[in-house]
Amino acid sequence: MHLVFAALGGAVLLFIVAPLAGMFLSVGKAELSDAATDPEVTASVWLTLGASMLATLAASLGAIPFAWLLARKDFPLKRLINGIVDLPIVIPHSAAGIALLGVLAPGTPVGSLGERLGVSFVGGIAGIMAAMAFVSIPFLVNSARDGFAAVPVRLELAALNLGASPLRVFFTISVPMAWRSIVSGLVLMWARGMSEFGAVLIIAYHPMITPVLIYERFGAFGLKYARPVTVLFVAVCLVFFIALRMIAGRRTNEEG
Amino acid sequence: MKKDEKRTARTILEVEGLAKRLGEFEIADVSFTVDEGEYFVLLGASGTGKTVLLETLTGVIPADSGRVTLAGHDITHERMQRRKLGIVFQDQALFPHMSVGRNIAYGPVSSGMKRSDIEILTRLLAEETGVGHLLGRSPATLSGGEAQRAALARALAAGPDCLLLDEPLSSLDSGARAEMRSLLKKLNRGGMTMLHVTHDYEEAAALATKIGIMENGTVVQVDTPQRILSHPGSEFVARFVGIRNVYRGSLVRQADGTSIFESAESEDFRLETLSEADEGEATALVRSEDVTLSAYRPDTSARNLFEGTVSEVLPARRGAEVAVDAGEMIVSMVTGWSVEALGLERGSKVFASIKASAVRIIEG
Repeated sequence: MHLVFAALGGAVLLFIVAPLAGMFLSVGKAELSDAATDPEVTASVWLTLGASMLATLAASLGAIPFAWLLARKDFPLKRLINGIVDLPIVIPHSAAGIALLGVLAPGTPVGSLGERLGVSFVGGIAGIMAAMAFVSIPFLVNSARDGFAAVPVRLELAALNLGASPLRVFFTISVPMAWRSIVSGLVLMWARGMSEFGAVLIIAYHPMITPVLIYERFGAFGLKYARPVTVLFVAVCLVFFIALRMIAGRRTNEEG
Repeated sequence: MKKDEKRTARTILEVEGLAKRLGEFEIADVSFTVDEGEYFVLLGASGTGKTVLLETLTGVIPADSGRVTLAGHDITHERMQRRKLGIVFQDQALFPHMSVGRNIAYGPVSSGMKRSDIEILTRLLAEETGVGHLLGRSPATLSGGEAQRAALARALAAGPDCLLLDEPLSSLDSGARAEMRSLLKKLNRGGMTMLHVTHDYEEAAALATKIGIMENGTVVQVDTPQRILSHPGSEFVARFVGIRNVYRGSLVRQADGTSIFESAESEDFRLETLSEADEGEATALVRSEDVTLSAYRPDTSARNLFEGTVSEVLPARRGAEVAVDAGEMIVSMVTGWSVEALGLERGSKVFASIKASAVRIIEG
C-alpha cells in the first residue's frame, strides 16, 4: 500500500513541479536579463511586492486582534463569522473584484471619502491593496486564530493574576506565543496577495502589477513574450518566500 | 460556620456565602476566613468544587452570589488583574518564551516598578526560593521542583496579600516535595498568608495552621489540624482524613539506624520510628487503628509506650475512638468489646502503645 501511495504522491508532486520546471527551462539567459532590465517589468515587480506587503501589514492591525477574539471568546453567531472569514477563498476572484468595485468606486461613500483624502481606489495603489487584502486576509486570520487557540489559556490567566492588563497580556503572552502561526499567516497572506490577478484586474488595470502585466503580454504578444516576466516574477516570489520563512523560523527557535 | 469566631487576629481573606454553579460543578454557601500569617489548607476530595472556588476567588469566573473581602476591600466583582491574590498553579504555568528571571519580573514590570528595583526584587526572591542560579534559564529546562519554586517566586514578586496554592506538591517527586514543603513553611513564617488547596490530608497535616474541609461544594468544618484530624466533625471528614494522630516536631537520628521523633508540644512525647527521613523538622502521623490500649503496663516489644488519662470516648462506626491525654493527645480505635473489658471512660488511666513501624514521618 505504501508503494502505491508513494507513486500517487509522486504523480501529484510532478504535476506541481513539471510545468514550473518546464517554464524555467524554456527561458534563456538573454531573455531573462532583458526582462530583468525592462523598466516596465521591474516597476511592476516592485509594485506587486510592495502593495501586497503594505496590504498585509495594514490588514494585520485588524486581523490579529480579530483572530484572538475568534480563538478566545464565545459570542453569538461565531460559527457564521468564521464562515464569513473564509468567503473570499471560495468566491471567484473576478466576482470579488466586482463586489469591491461596488463599494470603492467614485460616487460610493468610501470612494468619495477616498477622493476627498486624495486616495483613488479605482486605478490606484489603494485599490490594488484593497483587492489583494480582500482575497488573502482569510489566510492571516485563520493561521493567527489557530496560533492563539494553541496558547494555553492558563498562561494568559496567570499573567492577569500577576497584575498585567489584558492589553499587556495580549502583547507579552498571546502574541509572542502564537508568533510562529502569526508570521506564517503574514507570509501566506503576502504571497497570496502578490499572486492575485482577478480582483486587481477589475479594480486597477493600471498601475500594472506583474500578474496583470503577464496577462497583457500574453494577450498582446503570446506565450514567448509572457514567459520571461513570469519566470522572473516566480523566482523573486520564491526568494522572498523562502527568506521570510527562514527568518521566522530562526526567531521562533531563539525564543523556544 | 460562625463568622465572628476568629476576629482576634487581623482577617486577610473573608469569604461569605460564596456560590457558583458551573456546569455539573457547584459550590454553595462557602464561608471561611483566613487570618494574617495563617497557613490555611482547604482539604477536599476531587470534584468537591475546589477548582471552582479558586477560580471564583481569583476572578477567572464571576461568583453567582456571596462576597469575598481581601485586606478590607470587597473584591467580589474586582477585575482579575486588580486582585492581590497570587496563585501558584499545580502545573506552574511559567511563561515558556521568557527566562526564569523575566518570569519572576513579570508582575513588577506590569505594575510599573522601577527597573533597578525590579532587578533587586527578582534576585532577592529568586535567592529566597532557591532559584537564584537559574535566572537565565528557560523554564523548559527546569526540573519540576525548580519550576514550582520559580512559579512561587513569580507569584510573590507581584506582591500579593495572600498566596493561593493549587495542589502545589502533587506534580512533584518525593524529594522535591519535602523541599517545597519546607520552603512553603519558611515563607509562611516570614509572614506570607497562605491558602493552600489539596486533596492530600498528609500535606494538610504537615503544613496547615488551620484546615477547612470541603465536601459537596461547601466548607463543612474549619479547625486546627490536630483538632480536625482527632475530632472529625462528620463521618465524611473522618473517612476522608483517615488519620487521627498528627504531631509536629523534629526527627533525630540514632546511632542504631532508627530515629526518634520529638514532639514540639511536649518534652515527654517521643516516638521511635523506622523512618529513613532526614533529620530536622517533621510531622509524625499515626493511624488510630495502630494504637493499642491496655489497662496495665503491657509486656510488649513496642517501644512507644505512654501512660495517660482517657479524655474522651467517642462511638465510631465500628467500636469507639478513645482519646488519651499523654502529653500529646493519642487517639485509639478500639472495639466496643474493649471499651467494656478495659472499663474505658473519661478519667481512667490507660497505657497506649504504638509500634515504631506504624509511625509515618513527613519531612519538612
